Amino acid sequence: MDRKTLIYYFDLITVLTKKEIKVRYKNSALGYVWSIANPLMYAIIFYFVFKIVMKFNIKEYSLFLISGLFPWQWISNSITGGANSFIGNASLIKKVIFPRFFLPLAQVLNDAFHFIVSIPVIMVFLLFYHRVPSLNWFIYLPLMLIPTFLIAYGFSLLVASMNIFFRDFQYIIGLIMTLLFYLTPVFYDMSFVPKKYKNLVLINPFTPLITNWRELFMHNNLNFTNYALSILYSIIVLVIGFAVYKKLQVRFAEVI
Amino acid sequence: MSETAIEFNHVQKIYYLYTSIGFKELLLHPIKYRREKRKRALIAINDITFSVKKGEAFGLTGPNGSGKSTILGLIAGVLKPDRGTIKTNGRIAPLLELGAGFHPELTGRENIVLNSIILGMTKKEVEKKMDEIIEFSELGDFVDQPIRTYSSGMLARLGFSVAVHIDPEILLVDEILAVGDENFQKKCIDKMMSFKKNGVTIVFVSHSTDQVHKICDRVARLEKGKLLSIENA
Repeated sequence: MDRKTLIYYFDLITVLTKKEIKVRYKNSALGYVWSIANPLMYAIIFYFVFKIVMKFNIKEYSLFLISGLFPWQWISNSITGGANSFIGNASLIKKVIFPRFFLPLAQVLNDAFHFIVSIPVIMVFLLFYHRVPSLNWFIYLPLMLIPTFLIAYGFSLLVASMNIFFRDFQYIIGLIMTLLFYLTPVFYDMSFVPKKYKNLVLINPFTPLITNWRELFMHNNLNFTNYALSILYSIIVLVIGFAVYKKLQVRFAEVI
Repeated sequence: MSETAIEFNHVQKIYYLYTSIGFKELLLHPIKYRREKRKRALIAINDITFSVKKGEAFGLTGPNGSGKSTILGLIAGVLKPDRGTIKTNGRIAPLLELGAGFHPELTGRENIVLNSIILGMTKKEVEKKMDEIIEFSELGDFVDQPIRTYSSGMLARLGFSVAVHIDPEILLVDEILAVGDENFQKKCIDKMMSFKKNGVTIVFVSHSTDQVHKICDRVARLEKGKLLSIENA
């Protein structure tokens, strides 16, 4: 690939991502508030149900919830939003030849941007519990962004491509994401899961990822095994996503 | 002999009507699904052969469903032929239908950047041409308003000025000139004429034979996916 193409690709991805971000903020005066309102609302609900009503025994439960819900929100939004990233640009796909895999990429980068700007909210919660983010964050945070980004992109590429051929898919993906949410230790801890079901939660590709985000936010640390696992999962998902995209994209323009 | 810009060689394009058979069928009757898929194949164009010379204006006419837009899609490269070969030579710019690829919430200026880059320009190139594009579009101060406030004529102007400023070597026009006021239509046609003079190849699709004959050197007539004739205009 020559320099000119690289510059072009860079410009293309920048302009597409900027568009997504701009549109999100232009549509509503409270763009930023809305992007953090959702995970905060879930945190309040789960806190009420599990801490107050069911009397879960997890220390610092609100921090526990927040530190899992925010990264989950990024992944989940990228996948459900990404599902429409081709269909939503049907007119372009029909007429213009350009690297289409940039469309879901812009969606994922947009959600990544929102996740990053919501990190200060998590910090406020940390301070509330008299915790301070350590210098480790400067290394661990970028390290964690990589597998989260790769897995979100891999999945959204996959669902966006399949969505063109089977329109029912966007409903199925909503169901699957709900299922996966409950199979991911977002509002419970791995230690709560009965032995019999542990594997079910562990083969979930999001489990090591979310567990590690929590480890980072709450304990300024990373679990190496989980990190290696999440890298492995994310690469597998990305490879599958790209393979499906490559196979299907030839007929995008005629089916969409 | 002048150079060839587009060459179609016994091209066939088949559409499989995937969308009409859903996920349900695939899951419940996978064998029936395969059979149905074959049955529902539609030959969009069949055994099409023609070539367009560099700097020529080539018209495609024919009733709905005759395969005009399919040919345009094949030239643009978004569709792949099932049989035959297609050769193109030069940077291709499609003229998008009203507002395609534009985002209603963004301003005209933001949309110019977005659309030009999607069509193949780098950011630097767009910035260099920005004033020219805005001037050609005759949008004036409206260019900094969100385009959801635009009339359809204004959208057409914006789209056309982006497309013509990409310096295309092959311009694909799909009945866009039906919109916009007379003045702008004339301006577009003038621009296309000047393109022609500068050696830009134009492929022009239209129902209206009048318009096609005015602009094009040769006009192809299509019916049901077959090429009936190619006449000099």
